[in-house]
Amino acid sequence: MKQDDFSTLISRSDPGPGDGGRTGSWRVLRPVIDLGACIPSKTNKRACFNCWFYCPDGVVSKTIPPVIDYEYCKGCGICAEECPAGAISMIEEAHFMEEKNDECI
Amino acid sequence: MHMIESGNVAAATGVKLARAGVIAAYPITPQTPLTEKLSEFVASGQMEAEYIPVESEHSAMAVCIAASSAGARAFTATSANGLLYMNEQLHWAAGARLPIVMCVANRGIGAPWTVWNDQQDSMSQRDGGWIQLYANDHQQIIDSVIKAFYLAEFVSIPVMVCYDGYLLSHTYMPFEQPDQTLVDGFLPDFKPKNALDPENPSNFNTVTLPDVRPDIHGNIAPGYMEIRHCLHQDMRKAMMVLEEIDMKFQETFGRGGHPFVEPYLCDDADHVVVSVGSLSYHFRDVIDLLRKEGVKVGVMGIQLYRPFPDKAIVDALQGKSSVFVFEKALSYGNQGPLYADIKAALYPCDNKPAMHNYILGLGGREIKTAQLLETVRTACSKPKWLGDTPIWLGLKCQE
Ligand code: SF4
Ligand code: SF4
Repeated sequence: MKQDDFSTLISRSDPGPGDGGRTGSWRVLRPVIDLGACIPSKTNKRACFNCWFYCPDGVVSKTIPPVIDYEYCKGCGICAEECPAGAISMIEEAHFMEEKNDECI
Repeated sequence: MHMIESGNVAAATGVKLARAGVIAAYPITPQTPLTEKLSEFVASGQMEAEYIPVESEHSAMAVCIAASSAGARAFTATSANGLLYMNEQLHWAAGARLPIVMCVANRGIGAPWTVWNDQQDSMSQRDGGWIQLYANDHQQIIDSVIKAFYLAEFVSIPVMVCYDGYLLSHTYMPFEQPDQTLVDGFLPDFKPKNALDPENPSNFNTVTLPDVRPDIHGNIAPGYMEIRHCLHQDMRKAMMVLEEIDMKFQETFGRGGHPFVEPYLCDDADHVVVSVGSLSYHFRDVIDLLRKEGVKVGVMGIQLYRPFPDKAIVDALQGKSSVFVFEKALSYGNQGPLYADIKAALYPCDNKPAMHNYILGLGGREIKTAQLLETVRTACSKPKWLGDTPIWLGLKCQE
């Protein structure tokens, strides 16, 4: 018997978007970046990216402007809390639902 | 080298010889001198380890989980309510397959408050996924600790080494301290199967859904049931590994040969007493006296309680006229845990012995040789099935 014969099934995964399923559906509040206030967007310099760094789900891109993947963003609000420019607001998902409903009508 | 020392120092010496890398523990009677000794070893440079003082047993196990996840050989020790305070982390350590080794100096559980010996603490943890070894004397304590690291790391399952509080933890006995170079040759370096690695980041034990599902690469990842089934299968297979480790230990150190149960005068016996820990050695005096009276009786100590060595137990007990299980633990409202397990193991046998269950020594109530002698003598003279209700020995004022 070898050590390799043991512990063959464990809970281990590579970090990446979607590892926890489509977590975007958990979201109650949606982070929305105001590009007029966002430092890299405003200055066109690769700076800050606190939102990218702190997002526990790795769903913010390190790009100018930073883009949030709403498919997996669970709406925790950490990015909004950490943004030094106060550029991220957390907006009720219901608000976007209403927008969608309005479109339908 | 021969030593005359306490059981706690035997355990600490075993941990030193096994070169544990991280020790985190909180003092609790009767385990305290063990961790005191380890902190002394670390402080004096006799042991190269990180000693992390913590504010509770829950944190002690949490630190061991973290250390083991990072690939360090981790050790802790506790007793009674301290063990129970760890409970949630104990299940985690097993489910996460972390090969932590822990000594439990067995003590009764409050309320009412007690600091004396029984085995309710570790017995109540039998279903958590830890391997449980029980030592009967100081030699077995030090040897079991060394073997425990080997076993835990080979099968990726944590191991508890249990020994009776005070009766073993605080008494002094001569024992052989294994030579460090022999231990180094015997015990392989810890090569964790799954460890945290900053170069190759991984998520461990995150929320696992009821069903299997594809991971981010599209490969099917096991669900909770598959992971738990694997733990159970590995627990069963761990018995074969323990047998091999015990053989290797015997070749190196000349001691061992009874990885599962330790029988004494059982081969020709009509009646067998079964017990766990130091009580099984106490019984040897009783057996010797009864043998002089011509009673064909032996005693068997359980060395491994989880995984349950049912085959070894059936081999030893089937065909006997009677089996008397003496326990310092109880599943309240039912029977002694060991009695129930042995009875279940014997169920498929054609020639089942009659069985009695005796509960004794709870909260440190003194167990006298004369009392055991009288009880076993009477039981052997009437080896009948008495029903499953446990018989309490040594009760003084009954309601
Ligand atoms: S709300 Fe949370 S999950 Fe969504 S982008 Fe911000 S930090 Fe990431
Ligand atoms: S933390 Fe705020 S300012 Fe910085 S990049 Fe993100 S949105 Fe822009």
